[in-house]
Amino acid sequence: MAFEGLASKLQEAMKKLKGKGKLTEKDIKMAMREVKLALLEADVNFKVVKNFVKTVGEKCTGSEVMESLTPGQQVVKIVNDELSSLMGDESKEINLKANGISVIMLVGLQGAGKTTMGGKLATHLRKNNKRPLLVACDIYRPAAIKQLQVVGKSIDVPVFSMGDKVNPVDIAKAGIEHAKANDNNVVIIDTAGRLHIDEELMQELKDVKECVEPDEILLVVDSMTGQDAVNVATTFDELLNIDGVVLTKLDGDTRGGAALSIKAMTGKPIKFAGIGEKLNDLEVFHPDRMASRILGM
Amino acid sequence: KIAVTIDDDLYEELEEILVMADIGFDTTVDIIDRLKKKIKEEKVNEPSEVKPCLRRVIIEMLEEDTVEIEEEFPKVLLIIGINGAGKTTSIGKIASRYKESGKKVLLAAGDTFRAAAIDQLEVWANRAEVDLVKHKEGADPGAVIFDAISAGKSRGSDILICDTAGRLHNKKNLMKELAKINKIVESEFIGAQKETYLVLDATTGQNAVSQAKEFMETSKIDGIILTKLDGTAKGGIVISIKNTLNIPVKYIGVGEGIEDLQEFDASEFVNALFD
Ligand SMILES: Nc1nc2c(ncn2[C@@H]2O[C@H](COP(=O)(O)OP(=O)(O)OP(=O)(O)O)[C@@H](O)[C@H]2O)c(=O)[nH]1
Ligand SMILES: Nc1nc2c(ncn2[C@@H]2O[C@H](COP(=O)(O)OP(=O)(O)OP(=O)(O)O)[C@@H](O)[C@H]2O)c(=O)[nH]1
Ligand SMILES: [K+]
Ligand SMILES: [Mg+2]
Ligand SMILES: [Mg+2]
Repeated sequence: MAFEGLASKLQEAMKKLKGKGKLTEKDIKMAMREVKLALLEADVNFKVVKNFVKTVGEKCTGSEVMESLTPGQQVVKIVNDELSSLMGDESKEINLKANGISVIMLVGLQGAGKTTMGGKLATHLRKNNKRPLLVACDIYRPAAIKQLQVVGKSIDVPVFSMGDKVNPVDIAKAGIEHAKANDNNVVIIDTAGRLHIDEELMQELKDVKECVEPDEILLVVDSMTGQDAVNVATTFDELLNIDGVVLTKLDGDTRGGAALSIKAMTGKPIKFAGIGEKLNDLEVFHPDRMASRILGM
Repeated sequence: KIAVTIDDDLYEELEEILVMADIGFDTTVDIIDRLKKKIKEEKVNEPSEVKPCLRRVIIEMLEEDTVEIEEEFPKVLLIIGINGAGKTTSIGKIASRYKESGKKVLLAAGDTFRAAAIDQLEVWANRAEVDLVKHKEGADPGAVIFDAISAGKSRGSDILICDTAGRLHNKKNLMKELAKINKIVESEFIGAQKETYLVLDATTGQNAVSQAKEFMETSKIDGIILTKLDGTAKGGIVISIKNTLNIPVKYIGVGEGIEDLQEFDASEFVNALFD
């Protein structure tokens, strides 16, 4: 397994506890240190880790664990339960209107996987009998429009664009008109990658949002993101009130601790996972599996 | 809050800064150990002196055991890395730098896989006003590199910069393809200086170490291009990579414009860790 390091570390710590009979506070402290290291190694945000370890430590110190005959296993269970409950236990659907045109907007940092995700969502929605339209609102990145057109063509989904000289707000608005006229019932807006601290470009997203009132704003996040994931997600969420998160590149060997950080800090659900470069490499996100992946258990 | 004594609280505070910069726990512990040693050696006893001392420790770590190689022409640069890291953009910026310094530059559109990757590189070639060798989307990347090398030789290019498709380091077949490209560069352009740069996104966490390790299996890596440092991420993972794999950082990317590339400066980088 790719995340063997993490799994074995934790298991090693827990093994020391397992079969030890009753635990002392020192044992728990030692175990919590291992949990902390494992989570940091998995890229969970330092502050999130601190809180997590505090909560779990307190639960472990509870009399039930101390008096349990297999306290080690009990600790493992508490860690696992706590992480699972933080991740949430159900897969969450995207918001779509029953009738009329639904609008999905994809936002995020540069290179996160937005444009590819647009193609993946279109493929996914069409399987569910929707008629998607991709709208090219990235007027900045070289050949971004062409990329979306190639993506659309390869899955036979129409792409609406107005070149790179028109304001993204106007393109989005015209895209929805285009969908109305052409009987498309889901509009997927691809936006340019931008830094969360780029005020001008963040304002542009706000303007697009106000203009087209999306049913679903999805923040696309690279699953390899480190400590900064929290800054990015909270800033995008504060400005746009996102509806959910999409994790990309989960086909790598990252442990994906960013998922936990983002969920813990924004409370917003992770809805889909990108697991490859092809346009059907999309999975509905399963929070319970992610908890196991982060823990390597 | 200003620490009044050099105690565990102060060390913990520093540890937090380092971990939050994505340096990783192991290297953080290593750094703190070196710091403690230095504090003893230099008889530091003012808390205000600790951070400057820590800076020096990290700068040393970034600069030690680095062998400077003299640049020679003709030269081939192979640019590799995972998806979306910033390879194509960095090539545009580097091409422009060499062009400005009077070199004859040629680009090879070695990413024949990603949608519109060739068009993207072509935009950069035009911006930098340099030549480009390309095939059609879906073509064999090895053949593109092969042709670009021939073109480079016959046109008398000083530097050939090869783009490659983004690939995750755990994909065996894609890594094999890269090893093959590397071989072509090595065997076809005899007499040229060859360097390979790994492009890393500064927002990446601990996975970057795994990336560096796996890419090293396909070719010697001469330097890292650390992109997207204009965000709030610190890119501390390169310290860990230097410490464990001894790969130095060559350039940093600080924006999407053609000028947004700088040569790596260890002391500036380390100062930014504490901003
Ligand atoms: N392996 C893998 N690669 C992915 C995945 N999603 C996207 N990619 C790749 O990541 C790179 C960047 O994807 P894009 O869709 O262009 O990202 P973007 O967010 O639109 O980028 P910008 O528009 O430049 O901000 C491309 O090489 C994609 O093929 C995934 O789930 N797995
Ligand atoms: N803010 C910022 N964005 C950057 C920087 N370098 C690259 N980018 C952006 O990151 C995104 C991905 O860059 P690319 O050059 O396409 O990355 P790549 O590694 O070639 O991607 P693939 O070929 O798909 O694997 C683009 O939107 C770039 O404009 C940088 O230093 N700062
Ligand atoms: K930064
Ligand atoms: Mg895009
Ligand atoms: Mg590229």
